[in-house]
Amino acid sequence: MANVLHIVVCAGIVPDPLQTLEPITGPKGPGLKNEMVLPAVLDPWAASALYEAANLAAKNPGSKVWLVSLGPKAKLQQVMMTVAQKVAFELVPIDGPIGGFPDAHSTAAVLAETIAALPGLDRTKLLLFGGWESATRGAGVTLQLVGERLGITDQFQGVDQIVQIGQGDDGSFEVLERVEGGKHQVSVCAGTPAVLGWATGNLAEPRNNPQVGMANMRTIMPALQKAKPATLAANGLRYVSASLPKQQRTTRVVKDLTPDQIAAELVEWIGAE
Amino acid sequence: MESILVLTHADETGSALTRASLEAITAGKELAASLNASLTIGIVAVDATDLAKSLPSAGPRLMSVSGEAFAQPRYATDAAACEALCRAANATIVLAPASSRFTRVAAGVAHRLGGFIDTHITAIGGAEAVEATRWFYRQRVEAVLSREARPWFLLLDAGTHAAFAGESGPAQVEQIAVELPAIRTTVSGLRAPSQGTQTIRPDAKLLLVAGAGWTKKQLDGQTHTAEAGELILGFLRATSASLGSSKSLVDQGGEGNSVLPFLTHLNQIGQTGATPRHAKGLSTCCHGEEPHVVGWRFITDRRAISLDPNCGWTRGKADVVYIADAFPVMAKVNALLEAKKA
Repeated sequence: MANVLHIVVCAGIVPDPLQTLEPITGPKGPGLKNEMVLPAVLDPWAASALYEAANLAAKNPGSKVWLVSLGPKAKLQQVMMTVAQKVAFELVPIDGPIGGFPDAHSTAAVLAETIAALPGLDRTKLLLFGGWESATRGAGVTLQLVGERLGITDQFQGVDQIVQIGQGDDGSFEVLERVEGGKHQVSVCAGTPAVLGWATGNLAEPRNNPQVGMANMRTIMPALQKAKPATLAANGLRYVSASLPKQQRTTRVVKDLTPDQIAAELVEWIGAE
Repeated sequence: MESILVLTHADETGSALTRASLEAITAGKELAASLNASLTIGIVAVDATDLAKSLPSAGPRLMSVSGEAFAQPRYATDAAACEALCRAANATIVLAPASSRFTRVAAGVAHRLGGFIDTHITAIGGAEAVEATRWFYRQRVEAVLSREARPWFLLLDAGTHAAFAGESGPAQVEQIAVELPAIRTTVSGLRAPSQGTQTIRPDAKLLLVAGAGWTKKQLDGQTHTAEAGELILGFLRATSASLGSSKSLVDQGGEGNSVLPFLTHLNQIGQTGATPRHAKGLSTCCHGEEPHVVGWRFITDRRAISLDPNCGWTRGKADVVYIADAFPVMAKVNALLEAKKA
């Protein structure tokens, strides 16, 4: 018999990876130039978490997936137009700042408070999902802090797989976490509640499904309209500087060598100290 | 006055500290010297007695949390161990290696102590206040930050400091008692990728990155995936290089296409993958656009083989770009390497 799971996925929005980023410093600290007009996507590793959550919920009838996302309402709406077509979920938007520079501890406090107040959430059935790192701050601490605030002491980071043991009747599951050297640590957890910070997982990105999209959007738009505003405290975090790396190289483009000549040059380069 | 604690842990064998832990000790010694601060080294291990012999023989206070419960990494036990060490040391700044073991628990420990944490630190400096350098937006923006609040946890990226190798000797290690919480997670061990070929070697001098071009149709209108796989594996065997891949190439496997069977998401380099540190990197059949190249931030000497003379690598992202077909080039490279070995 499968278990009913309450899966809460924390996912931020990030600038599309193909965009050029330019840091600027304003009165509130660093940010990105034209940040609000840069095309945004759901954070890639958090998106993996969302797809894994939907997959797990589908295997456990009666389960539910919430997507908790902090960002400017307008940007969230833009990103949801795409994400909503992927899998079924209930959006819990929080209207707050975008970007990687706000303090992770403040972000975690807002997320934990929101999750704790979710109507219908049974915290004994909770699986708290998210990306193990974001593509903005990339600190890998927010989900862990949310878990601590919710009193969850079974936490896993860099997760690539969760498998319910047996038929899932005792609630236990096996988790594969990324560790050094391209290996996975294998653990068995007795059951919910637990925190799983996802890496890539094993699922391909679901194809767009307009029917799922329409069903999701019925709840997403009202939720966005009611999104609570949040301000994030700096917690004494002070930025001294934020700059682009100066790593433009002088590239030698070699167009006129045969494969033999290139190979000889490469072998010499590989062997050079 | 600052009080510095360096958290360390044993490696898989339990008989030595990890290299990243030794690097954190170097960082701790440097920071303590610059701030004229006290230094404590905390060890998490089954038995720290032998491990302590490799630590500085004079100066730092040594303390450990020991027992079978700490033989393997696990959130509940490691967080309790680190919390106990931090409380015993009464540290204002806590340095720790950004290993998978400590990355899993450090933020939780900081929260329990009412402190704050910053991770992926690549340098520590500052004249009047401690300043830490780290990257944002997946190695695309570099920032220097500081905090007034204490305790302040700093997780140090591997390879940013030399491993401690100074004078060591017998030392007194204080045992710190830990009250363990209920343990609901059992660690059963490590699992290597099922494909059976070890292709990720963090300590290798050379990184080979394979892009999606390896599985595209070639001049004869056919794909040559098997040949591509042989060429790549042959190169890895000859050079002991580590193998990285672009996301698009790995994703092809998930979509059921004919792919290189030894590649997994763990090989992924770039925006949604790893940012490894190697002295040299060779890119093959990869277009070198920004999402890939952010994974190359810490590759010192970069070369690429690409058919496209306008690819990203030629625009200041590589040192040398060969405009050529990687198939015949890599075949010749492998032949030369084999001949050299013989």
